[in-house]
Amino acid sequence: MRLVLSFSAGGLFGLGLFLSGMTDTRKVQGWLDIFGNWDPTLAFVMGGAIIPMAIAWQLTRGRRPLVGGSFPTPPRQELDRRLVIGSVLFGMGWGLAGLCPGPAMASLSYGGTGGIVFMIAMAAGMIAAPPVVQRLDHTAAKA
Amino acid sequence: METDWIWGLIGGGLIGLGGAVFLLGNGRIMGASGILGGLLDGSGRGNTAERIAFIAGVVLIPMIAVVFTSAEAQTHLTPNLAVVVIAGLLVGLGTRIANGCTSGHGVCGISRLSWRGLIATIIYILAGAATLAVLRHVWSLI
Repeated sequence: MRLVLSFSAGGLFGLGLFLSGMTDTRKVQGWLDIFGNWDPTLAFVMGGAIIPMAIAWQLTRGRRPLVGGSFPTPPRQELDRRLVIGSVLFGMGWGLAGLCPGPAMASLSYGGTGGIVFMIAMAAGMIAAPPVVQRLDHTAAKA
Repeated sequence: METDWIWGLIGGGLIGLGGAVFLLGNGRIMGASGILGGLLDGSGRGNTAERIAFIAGVVLIPMIAVVFTSAEAQTHLTPNLAVVVIAGLLVGLGTRIANGCTSGHGVCGISRLSWRGLIATIIYILAGAATLAVLRHVWSLI
């Protein structure tokens, strides 16, 4: 059951990314390109995704997940260096190529060699992250 | 195209539905970078199968959908592999340091009124726009 739900969620996510045009780097870079031919599509995708998701968060109240266990705890509210530094690095890479992790995976079957190269580089970045995080946490604790 | 925003809304709705299934079904937050990253760095050892099932859905369903659509699927990714590698490294490193990407912080975070999710989203959009502005319009590199 857990795996069927997981596969279905991934499938809906991937299909949504494909149909919305978010695996096309031109549309993503078009949204970020405020000095060029600006493309507002990404805002519609975000809005369209946030509505069902907000309803889902409401439905978690007083319930348990279908497979049992518990829902995620409320998010922390404080900002830290990790959030800011990580988001800046991510945004730079996102602007450079127009791909983020979801669309990179969703377009793997039709993204050609470039898409595969991106995936490998992204995986390398992800594997390299824990030591960097440790360092950031360490220097933050000392300061 | 004029119908782009409609497809944006439809596709966005499906993305949100996927997130809803993952949350209400499995009790988990649908963040692409977290699901993949946890698999790669070993931090997600407790639920490896769930992660693989999700990623299989993300990769396989669009692969099938492409066959049924008349329009050719194109990512229009830059042919400059140096740019692709640098971008991939930054995206992988940044999303794991920030603990989230467009799906986790953007879709799942903002929808539960998470301050951190909203701030992260604003920061990566601004960083992306600034990068593109400098490299495309000032230096004409990409």
